[in-house]
Amino acid sequence: MTKLNLNPRQIVALEVVFWLALASTYFLLPEKLVLITQIMITGLFAIALDIALGYAGILTVGHAAFFGIGAYLAGLLAKYGWGEPFSGLVLALGVCAVLGYMLSYLIVRGSDLTRLMITIGVCVLFFELANRLTPITGGADGLQGVDMWPVLGQFRFDLWGKTAFIYTFCIVLLMFLAVRLMLKSPFGLVLRGIHDNRRRMLAIGSPVAARLRLAYCFSAAIAGVAGALLAQTTQFVGLEMLSFNRSAEILIILILGGTGRLYGGLIGALLYMTVHDFFSDFDPKFWQFWLGIFLILVVMIGRGGVLGVLSRVFKVREQRL
Amino acid sequence: MTTAALATPVLRTRKLTKRFGGFTAVNGVTLDIAPGSRQALIGPNGAGKTTLINLLTGILRPTDGRISLDDDDITHLPADKRVHRGLVRTFQINTLFPALTPLQAASLAISEREALGNVWWRTLRSCSWVADEAHALLKQFNLAQYAHVDTAEMPYGKQRLLEIVLALAARPRILLLDEPAAGVPEDESGELFEVIAGLPREMTVLFIEHDMDLVFRFAQRISVLVAGAVLVEGTPAEIAADPQVRAAYLGNSRV
Amino acid sequence: MGIVIFDGLAYGMLLFLIGVGLSITMGLMNFVNLAHGAFAMVGGYVAALAMSRLQVPFVASLALAFISAAVVGALLEFVFFRRLYRAHPLDHVLLSIGIVFVFVAGGTYLFGPTMQPFTAPEWLRGQISLLGMDAGAYRLFLIVVGFVVLAALLLLINKTRYGAMVRAAVDNQRVAAGLGVRVDRLFFLTFSFGCGLAGLGGALGLGMLGLDPSFPLKYMIYFLIVVCVGGAGTIVGPFVAAVLVGIVDVGGKYYIPELGAFLIYVFMVVVLLVRPHGLIPKKGLV
Repeated sequence: MTKLNLNPRQIVALEVVFWLALASTYFLLPEKLVLITQIMITGLFAIALDIALGYAGILTVGHAAFFGIGAYLAGLLAKYGWGEPFSGLVLALGVCAVLGYMLSYLIVRGSDLTRLMITIGVCVLFFELANRLTPITGGADGLQGVDMWPVLGQFRFDLWGKTAFIYTFCIVLLMFLAVRLMLKSPFGLVLRGIHDNRRRMLAIGSPVAARLRLAYCFSAAIAGVAGALLAQTTQFVGLEMLSFNRSAEILIILILGGTGRLYGGLIGALLYMTVHDFFSDFDPKFWQFWLGIFLILVVMIGRGGVLGVLSRVFKVREQRL
Repeated sequence: MTTAALATPVLRTRKLTKRFGGFTAVNGVTLDIAPGSRQALIGPNGAGKTTLINLLTGILRPTDGRISLDDDDITHLPADKRVHRGLVRTFQINTLFPALTPLQAASLAISEREALGNVWWRTLRSCSWVADEAHALLKQFNLAQYAHVDTAEMPYGKQRLLEIVLALAARPRILLLDEPAAGVPEDESGELFEVIAGLPREMTVLFIEHDMDLVFRFAQRISVLVAGAVLVEGTPAEIAADPQVRAAYLGNSRV
Repeated sequence: MGIVIFDGLAYGMLLFLIGVGLSITMGLMNFVNLAHGAFAMVGGYVAALAMSRLQVPFVASLALAFISAAVVGALLEFVFFRRLYRAHPLDHVLLSIGIVFVFVAGGTYLFGPTMQPFTAPEWLRGQISLLGMDAGAYRLFLIVVGFVVLAALLLLINKTRYGAMVRAAVDNQRVAAGLGVRVDRLFFLTFSFGCGLAGLGGALGLGMLGLDPSFPLKYMIYFLIVVCVGGAGTIVGPFVAAVLVGIVDVGGKYYIPELGAFLIYVFMVVVLLVRPHGLIPKKGLV
């Protein structure tokens, strides 16, 4: 089958259309603002995971650790007196970056299995920690009393979610652009090179382990920001934000959209959460069952998620260097 | 003795040994490689030649012995740092980036050389001197027409050439070529030979080869490796005449 | 303290029984199977139902648990797993998560979300005086079974032709196949056997580990710890790891209840840091 060609300018046009369409839901779907805000946040989280999984090739089912920690940090900061929104994001970004960097030393050594174990183990460890530290985190009941100050001193977080939507949209777009820049940078090419042939990268003098650590650090930082956003916009932090289930779920979302592709996380989040919302009246166990079936089918039949399928239809001519 | 042999060796090994469990792949190899020399490493299959290269480049840790570069002990230096010191290799089996183009691959090598590898805050395009150098490099080696072709789709001989070009992008002082002509058909090997002949005089070149044409044409010195140890070393003429070498390797058909 | 070690040992035996199958299949087939707990669950439910609804005696129920879990494992291997042996670990992870979800949801639908009740058979109730402690008879039984299975497995692996083939395939699959080992049949048998053992463990653990449909998720991390810390592909490794985990967990919960389960994860991270390939790495299947 001959592929349809898309040149880089057409791609950029499509991208602009995507973001404009997303922004326009503010006016077109005013009753779904909360859902769309959550979709954007989940999409950001999925993008963060993609940097680790799709680009750096680190198999992790524990990324909710950073998401949850970011959420708790932002929540606690607001609860204990400093409700300025951007500060919460910066705090989450910084702490998760440091944590991610420290953990990356564990992650880049050992086999795939060890790596998987460590990521799951660390996630479960933090979950337990949050569970135990009930006086601080609120334990199983969750953290309440997350009092957010108005954004830029002007825009209150309202009950209809309007401020939350615009705030989230801007932050997600900003982070997305940062990731996009990163992927087009020399570092981005290095990650692709490592993915393609690690031995060769060593042979041209690339400190592969150090590069992967940096990627994981980014991934953690962005996941932290996503978590912080969720805490701030819902004014609540729940234990499940740190759970294995959340880690597994975001992995599924990314796979659905397609790994190693910039928009995979966003598309996956859109699809998954829309469908989930549609079925949410049904019994949650029903959802889990069909999700399981879906996963099995995806593995046995489909490859590469939505964008993977699309990539077999459209060929993108890369931007000339 | 030539002046090259009298100069301080740029790369030396002392009793370099590598054991895998009960099997000794490299056994007490002591080499002195003079700067600017063209030295060949020959030997039957399984003699440990590629293992030796892996030890020199840091892919493998030696069980025993030392390696020094310009009198600095690099025995424990990580592989990527050796490249930055000027010790670069090519692979016997093409080890390229199948999903990237030669231009991207060359840009990668240049980026890492210029310590741009961790720069994430600006696009590669904006570092235009990288692409410029990559283009120039490809042009120099007649690969310009493949600049935007996926590596996997290039003809084998051209891939083999790219293998060397990528190594050269790192600006080596010492180039280790692991069977550069391996698998290259007759009609494409001429170009390869020219490239190797055209390498700068100041660059030290150590190459493993089975192709005796290449060896006798380019080597100033030959080391013969058998069962992990150096059997004999000398000029091409000496090696060709040596009965031990004949017996172990050359058979009775050569020169 | 003695009783803590004793209880921890019993708990460890359960983890060993369930985890050893996972260790062999991970070491043998390089297949990351997060769904292993599901087979234990199958065995547990079969045994529980056999005992409560059909009045099947305890030991017979255990046998049923083994067989049913082995059959389910065989089916899944045949239909799904065997097509993915050469696939990327990510695919393994996704498939096994999918299977876990299906089993957990299915279990809730079929059996309800509550814990399965369990009453130990007459001859295993009460305490036995052992080394000056009042040791639970059931726990003692678990420990005995654990050692018996360990011994049987070591015998099987080291003294039989089947065991030799498994060891060869773990060491170097391609060469083993080249020597005439029917690798696909070997995988099938070994996987099913491992699942059967898990089922047995699940049934035995009805009283101590409890059984509800979320069992595979709740205990997944424990099995993975046992395999990873012990070293995938060995038998003694997971045994040692399981005993350690059992004792550390029980001891932790007893002496420092505020930390509780937390201790185990720290233990795991520390071990993996020091020995990324496990306590007893693969090349020495013993």
